[in-house]
Amino acid sequence: MIKNKILEKSIWALWLGLLALPFMGKKAGILAIAILLVILLLPLLNGLIARFGISVSRLNFLSSSANWLKTNKKMALLILFSFAAILPLFMNRYFVDVAVLCGIYIVLALGLNVIVGLTGLLALGYIAFYAVGAYCYALLWTHYHINFWLALPIGTALAGVFGVLLGSPVLRLRGDYLAIVTLGFGEITRIVLNNWDELTRGPNGILGIARPSIGDFIIKQPIHYYYLILAFVVLTIFITTRLEHSRIGRAWVAIREDEVAAAACGVNVTLMKLLAFATGAAFAGLGGVFFAGKMIFVSPESFTFMESVMVLCMVVLGGMGSIPGVILGAIALIILPEALRQFQFYRLLMFGGAMALMMIIRPQGLIPSQRRKMELEEENG
Amino acid sequence: MFLQQLINGLTVGSVYALIAIGYTMVYGILEFINFAHGEIYMLGAYLGIIAIGLLTAMGLGNSSAFLLLAFAFIFAMVFCAFYGVTIERLAYRPLRRAPRLAPLLSALGVSIFLQNFVMVTQGTRNKVFPQLFAQNGFDLGNAKITYIQIMILVTSILLMVGLTLFVNKTKMGKAMRATSQDQKMAYLVGIDVNRVISVTFLIGSALGAAAGVMVALYYGLVNFHIGYTAGLKAFTAAVLGGIGNIPGAMLGGIILGLVESLGAGYLSSEYKDAYAFIILVLLLIFRPQGILGERLKERS
Amino acid sequence: MMLEVKSVSKSFGGLKALDAIDLSIHNKKIVGLIGPNGAGKTTLFNCITGMNPPTTGRIIFKGSIDLVGKRPDEIARLGMARTFQNIRLFSDMTALENVMVGRHCRSKTGLVGAIIRSKATVIEEMKIVKKGVELLKFVELMDYANELAKNLPYGLQRRLEIARALATEPVLLFLDEPAAGMNPQEIFDLMQLIRMIRDRGITVILIEHHMKVVMGICEMIVVLNYGIKIAEGSADEIKNNPKVIEAYLGKEE
Repeated sequence: MIKNKILEKSIWALWLGLLALPFMGKKAGILAIAILLVILLLPLLNGLIARFGISVSRLNFLSSSANWLKTNKKMALLILFSFAAILPLFMNRYFVDVAVLCGIYIVLALGLNVIVGLTGLLALGYIAFYAVGAYCYALLWTHYHINFWLALPIGTALAGVFGVLLGSPVLRLRGDYLAIVTLGFGEITRIVLNNWDELTRGPNGILGIARPSIGDFIIKQPIHYYYLILAFVVLTIFITTRLEHSRIGRAWVAIREDEVAAAACGVNVTLMKLLAFATGAAFAGLGGVFFAGKMIFVSPESFTFMESVMVLCMVVLGGMGSIPGVILGAIALIILPEALRQFQFYRLLMFGGAMALMMIIRPQGLIPSQRRKMELEEENG
Repeated sequence: MFLQQLINGLTVGSVYALIAIGYTMVYGILEFINFAHGEIYMLGAYLGIIAIGLLTAMGLGNSSAFLLLAFAFIFAMVFCAFYGVTIERLAYRPLRRAPRLAPLLSALGVSIFLQNFVMVTQGTRNKVFPQLFAQNGFDLGNAKITYIQIMILVTSILLMVGLTLFVNKTKMGKAMRATSQDQKMAYLVGIDVNRVISVTFLIGSALGAAAGVMVALYYGLVNFHIGYTAGLKAFTAAVLGGIGNIPGAMLGGIILGLVESLGAGYLSSEYKDAYAFIILVLLLIFRPQGILGERLKERS
Repeated sequence: MMLEVKSVSKSFGGLKALDAIDLSIHNKKIVGLIGPNGAGKTTLFNCITGMNPPTTGRIIFKGSIDLVGKRPDEIARLGMARTFQNIRLFSDMTALENVMVGRHCRSKTGLVGAIIRSKATVIEEMKIVKKGVELLKFVELMDYANELAKNLPYGLQRRLEIARALATEPVLLFLDEPAAGMNPQEIFDLMQLIRMIRDRGITVILIEHHMKVVMGICEMIVVLNYGIKIAEGSADEIKNNPKVIEAYLGKEE
């Protein structure tokens, strides 16, 4: 049986190699066949593990630590947080910078997770909201000298408003249309940023944005930014967790699961979708303001469709709707390409392949979302 | 000026129309937007260049331009047809019963993969399509129509007529229409739905590849990210005509090409790429069924 | 009068699915809606519950509220709930959460309340859980409270859908083929359950093909055929109505 399967997969791999041939020389073609063979064999391996490895995956150690995590959630969170807090003290500037980048993308991915993961709306132009936040601070500073802390709520709110403006006409569209329209909006945003020279200085971008400061203390070292973004990450995790386990979060998941049934249960579907859009967009706005304050320069180049795709990948690979999953996804997708510098060129190639592959072999992501179980002992007994 | 923009618009529009057909056919049957279709078009453009490069390497570079071009067309269309069928088989078919988001994400993944595959193998720089024909043509009043434009228009019309005949006259075409009406019923009356879907991808991808070769010929330059914008525009064209409706896609493509070219001529060429998106957004909000489409059936 | 349907018609393209339906539903009754396949029963449900509004006609709820043009969620808030012919649960949520979603329209925590978790939110959340537990017990699903809806057996999924509908505190409950796919024991339990729902003061309207269920519990039966109401009355009257017999003979059963 397995032999047949391997044969079948090999034929597939050969076929794909053949298809790829015109694009590569002969050598590359052979290499491609080998890689594809491995990729195609993966699901098979997955199956093998599933068949023979059940006992392995339920090793005592794992299940006991999982149990410990469940019962000592607060403790675990505290440990994780302290770890994150002292981490930069042991890293050089370069690593701290990477960590700051991770932080920004965690905020973005958690925001997108509200829209895609919880509510099930595929939004492809998400990075536009990030741009709104970033340009908001850039323009407020260069025109009115409004400082970072004031720009922060303004940028966040403005992105949220953009979310509503963009969402209200299109949210009644079906999922795939919504994806395309949001993609279109994202593109329009970028084209406008690129061409509205008087306001945005077009492709040259806006220079000379002030760094955030607290009193006389100016935040400029990577490590300062690290703690700032850590605070934002904690805030984002806090808010999204609270929301997920509230009446609103339940309505979101209900819409994701079955829109018609949700409406029949009295959920105002349009309103709740708008709320999800606004919430997700607001987090992007927050990230955007921070980004502008960190780079002290913004240009349309930072807000391409591929950025939207990256954030989406983080959500999908990590596990849609799962907050720990999405965080892991964000960290992995930032750190992996940094660690594998020599493969930089292949980064998106691998992400794209991984996204399609993931949908087929593990659609729930690295850390699948889990519904919260309620303790109902008293009522039962 | 008007006549010139009209000619340019028709040329680009007929290319959009060819790509739009691929979106519309797949949507008609699977109710699914094949995000990777734009990349097929891009692959087609590259394959056209590669094909001519192959012939040149074999010492046949001096054959007649028409022969070279015909080979480029066939080479690109055949390979892209295979790509389309293979993508469907590997990335979409296993997800046919999965939640709606899954095939969309898978398609997006495939699209990113293909784009970067070409970037990695062919480089990030523009590729030049060999100049097979002189850039001249003849004058129509104060406008000019080039031979390449004539050839693009003629080829597109031939392909579209061929497709219309195929869909309306052949057994397979009838099976396709039946499947897009009601997949379950088609299955019950003995239509091999999987085969119909494969053929749909095959034809759609081949037409997309033809569009790719023509664009490469027209502009002379190809880049790995042309599929993304063209895909979006062609999708707009498909929606404009009423998605799922093949004549609609043709009409939508032409209209979009005209709007873009006239818009660039009379309004502002900087925002040329935004027109399509603005049309798409307005359309989806006010008339999602498009020009020729019936009301969208809501899958519940 | 709980519900008055006044000459409601619905056409899809050229096809008339409902043709001038008149219907009056009284308080605290169990009403059966029967008819051969394609008679327009589910279409009528969809018209009344706002899923698919009628082409013409009026639907008056509680004597004064016109439902035509209202959204499904508004109609649910007014006190009308429904189940679906092909079960539509929130499959990746637990049974308890499914019922808790039903409380959505009877609670009001907003974005800010949910984030700061104010006292009002905590109290409301407790009430939601309590009501959810009460309803799970009512449909005897308490043992499955933390089970994902998709993992429940078919018969239990139908009961869960009823519990979820009840959570919206309806005065009028629509059940679309509640007994479909159930075994005789489950059907017997279901009939009990429907009577108990009625005894809570809720009017129940059900579409059903199992004649045993319809004849056993319905105090009034309405028969549709080809989108037209052909008969209305008690079980005995319906059984002997020649029009009904004609509609069913050669069609099914």
